[in-house]
Parts: sequence; structure tokens; C-alpha cells
Amino acid sequence: MSAPATTAALRVTGLTAGYGPVTALDGVDVTAGPGRITAVLGANGAGKTTLLRTVSGLVPARSGSVHAGDVDLTGAAPERIARAGIAHVPEGRGVITELTVEENLRLGALLGKARGRTDTAIDDVYAMFPPLAERRRRDAHTLSGGERQMLVIGRALACGPDVLLLDEPSLGLAPRVVAQIFELLRERVEGSRLAVLLVEQNARSALSVADIGVVLNLGRVVASAPAAELAADDALRHAYLGF
Amino acid sequence: MLQFVNTLLTGLGQGAVYAAFALALVLIWRSTRVVNFAQGAMAAFTTYLALLVVESTGSWWVGLLVALASGLVLGAGVERVVVRRVGPHNELGAVIVTLGLFVALQALASILFGAQFRSFPAPAGLEGFSRGGVTIALTPSMLITVGAVAVVLLGLVALFRFTDVGLRMRASAFDGEVARLLGVPVGRMLTLGWALAALVGSLAGVLIAGGSLVWPAYMDTVIVNGFVAAVLGGLDSPGGAVVGGLAMGVILALVTGYVGSDLVPLAALAVLVAVLLVRPQGLFARTAARRV
Ligand SMILES: Nc1ncnc2c1ncn2[C@@H]1O[C@H](COP(=O)(O)OP(=O)(O)OP(=O)(O)O)[C@@H](O)[C@H]1O
Ligand SMILES: [Mg+2]
Repeated sequence: MSAPATTAALRVTGLTAGYGPVTALDGVDVTAGPGRITAVLGANGAGKTTLLRTVSGLVPARSGSVHAGDVDLTGAAPERIARAGIAHVPEGRGVITELTVEENLRLGALLGKARGRTDTAIDDVYAMFPPLAERRRRDAHTLSGGERQMLVIGRALACGPDVLLLDEPSLGLAPRVVAQIFELLRERVEGSRLAVLLVEQNARSALSVADIGVVLNLGRVVASAPAAELAADDALRHAYLGF
Repeated sequence: MLQFVNTLLTGLGQGAVYAAFALALVLIWRSTRVVNFAQGAMAAFTTYLALLVVESTGSWWVGLLVALASGLVLGAGVERVVVRRVGPHNELGAVIVTLGLFVALQALASILFGAQFRSFPAPAGLEGFSRGGVTIALTPSMLITVGAVAVVLLGLVALFRFTDVGLRMRASAFDGEVARLLGVPVGRMLTLGWALAALVGSLAGVLIAGGSLVWPAYMDTVIVNGFVAAVLGGLDSPGGAVVGGLAMGVILALVTGYVGSDLVPLAALAVLVAVLLVRPQGLFARTAARRV
């Protein structure tokens, strides 16, 4: 295949995946560009989590391909995909609760350093999320929900990724905390080379922070357009986005 | 009073070995949720290798080094070749495999090294220190035993606390999926974990053999006592394994000294039942943290 749009940090083409008899993804095309937030929206069971888990190698692809830049990552193991620059913050957060806050971050920074990224990755995270700096020596299980979300996003950023996959960061958080985290994310992405794929059921707040929106339904892409356009499409909103 | 002190000392010396053995079990339990029933047979095997080396070189220390090194290799090999075959999330299968390995290794040891009793030299003197006609049950060999366990223990703590590979190993043990998403080669970390566990088990094997007899099943009582020690400490907690091991040593020494050595196996069983009834999560479990 000849290299098309070189701008995509992540390019998913015709991706199909599932669990036993269930087809959860059915020929999905999605791209995430650098310096942009791409929101993936859809109701429960639409296949959003499966999309991210297939991209990061946790669920095997049945067909289709996943590229990071020019590198073909289809079928690669999760640790290899992580080292190729794709950081995945899983649904339900993925804080390692037995480790301290700083140890969690150090895990990310170790990968970042292996990828030739900055030595100051942990300090950068503390600068972005000051509450974490105050709690650096604490076991991560003592953190609040919002702090945990900061920790896993910070840890993923410490990996020095080209692509950040976020699965429902708003889940269980107060709207004010969600707004705060989304705003920090926006600042971090703006003018950088980082591409974010943001999975959300909370379509309204996701579209307020995203550049582009992709709507999934029953494992297929039913719409893909600039975020503002999707937010303005009443029929689509009512049918798939629930607001 | 002297008898009590001596009983305590003997118990602590023995307990150090149970602690090492319990630690080996805990290291594997923590990372793979498998109780490695082959641990004792593996340690017996490496102890036989050590015995061959001690007999040919005359040096107990070279024998110890060989036991530790072959423990590393054996542990890694068992994980790679046997345990990994069973596949992830099949803990019951893995446990059955380790039971099979236990039987196979013990049989292989009798074939290779003979089923008869063989004496294993002590690292140093077996006479208690004495002063003014009073002899305490603290021997140079015991000091070496306790010292060796302490060195290995501190080494492991340093590895897990202060090194990158230790952090990666802990991450793999606590949450393999998240570790992989952070680029950690979890499979390699598990191999390393089994290797280190087998090293600690081999240490226990040589220490218990020192100044005593070995035969293919000589580790069997250590397996039982080490397992009870691990459960006492909470199976999940390396520190708990050490405290549990020392406690088992002391409890069993007290039973031997004041009740009768016939009752030692029963006492071990009683401790196990008591722990499972009163505090099944062990004395030092951090399950509360995990369940949040
Ligand atoms: N482990 C699994 N085993 C079997 N089926 C699964 C599994 N995980 C998801 N599914 C099914 O795959 C489909 C897509 O699920 P997925 O978790 O990707 O949806 P989602 O869009 O993330 O939903 P939610 O918004 O609830 O998180 C659903 O029909 C779901 O029931
Ligand atoms: Mg989901």
C-alpha cells in the first residue's frame, strides 16, 4: 500500500475484531492526527473500548491494519506497540495501586527514556498536575478518582508517546474535575505533535474539547466530522450521542 | 532460662531457613498466583549439585554458589519450558504441573544421585559458643545460615525497591496488562521472578542440608513448614514470609523443647488451621489495598 496522508500519527484501516461469536468492530477506519484530539463516541457496547484494545494489541485484529506513522503494528504484542509510541490509558484507569504515585510515573518515564524522550518526564507531569507532586510518596490506592485519572494520564504522557489513547477518562468524575482535566489535556496537545484518541460516552464534554469526532454504532463508523459539526447535527446527536 | 534462650536461638536459626523457603513461594505466588509445589524438589536437586561440588572442591562456599546459580537457571527453565506452556489464567493447571514436576524431579534425583542418605558438610562449626561453663545454642554455622538469608533478603529488597528492573517486576506481578501497556516485557519479568525464587529456594536447600543428611525427599518437612510460614505471613507479602518463617521456627522449637518432637508436624498443622480460621488473609496481607 502506498503511503497516503503522512500526517496521521495513528491510522486504523478496515479494523475488525471481536470476542468468540461477537463481532465488536466491523471494518473501522479511524485516523488521529498530531496536535489534535479525536473523539470516538457512541453508546454502550458500540465498540469503543474494543477499538482501543485492538489498537494497543490487547485484542487480536481479525482483519484490517494499524499503523503508527509509517510503522505497521498490526498483530504486534502490546509491549512492542507501547514502545512504538502508543500509550493506552485503559477503561477503569489502570492505576497500579500497590505502587506509589512516583513509582507509577517512573514506569512511564522508563519507557519514555528508552524511546529517547526527556529525562524530566516525571517533573513535567508534576508541573501539569500539581496535586500529584504533593502525593508522590503515597501508595496510589490512597488517591481520589480525579487524582487517579491525573496519574494515569500523566504516566502515559511520561512514556513520551506520539499517540495517546484515553478510554472514558470522565467515568465517575465530577463534571468540574472532568472539565479541568480536559482543559489541561487541550493545553498539552495544542501546538505539540501528540495525537489523542479520546473515547467517551460523555459526548457533550468530549466534543467540547475535541477537534474531530468519530461516531461508532454496533462496531461501525456512522459519522466522522469536525467536532463542532457533529455537535450541531441534531438528528445525529439524538440518534447516537444521547444529548 | 538458659534452656528457653537456647530453644529460641535454635528456633530462629531454623526459622531463617523456613523464611527463605517461604519467600521463594511468595515470590512466585505474587507474580503468577501459583503455589510452586516443585520448589522443594528443585531445591533438593540444586543441593545435590552443590554436594557434588563440595565433595570435589572441598569448599562449602563454592557449593553454595553453584546451588544458587543452578537455582537461577532451573527456575527460569521451569517457567519457560513448563509453566508457560500451561498458558495464562490457568492457575489450577499450573499448580498441577508443579505437582507433577515435584514427583518427577524427586524421582530423577534418586536416579541420578541415589536414594541413600548422604551427609552434607556444615559451613562452619556446629558447637555452640560457650563462656564460663555455659554453652548457648548459637553456632558458627547458624550465624552463617542467618547471615546468608539476611544478605539474600536485603539484596531482594534492594532489587525490588531501588532498581528499574525491580519496579518492572513488581508492576508485572501486580497488573500484567497495565505493565504491558507501559512497554514492560512481562513474560521476561515472570521468568526472572521464577529464577530469583528458585535461587532463594536453593539457598534454603543448602542451608537446611548443612551439617545434616540429604536424600531425595529431605526437603519435604521444609516444604510443609515453609508453606505454613508463607500462609502465616499472607502469601502475598515478602516481609510476611520472613516473619512467618521465623515465627514457625520458634514455635516448632518450643514444641520440640517443651512438648516433644513427635508433635512437631501436628503443631505445624495446628498453626495452619489456626491461621486459616482466624486470619485467612495472613498477618501481613495487603488485599485491602488491592480491592479498592
Ligand atoms: N471480554 C468480552 N467478551 C465478550 N464480549 C465482549 C467483551 N468485551 C466486550 N464485548 C462485547 O463487545 C461489544 C463492544 O464492547 P465494547 O466494550 O468495545 O463497547 P464500548 O463502546 O466500550 O462500551 P461502553 O461504553 O459500555 O464501555 C459489546 O457487544 C460487548 O458486549
Ligand atoms: Mg468501553
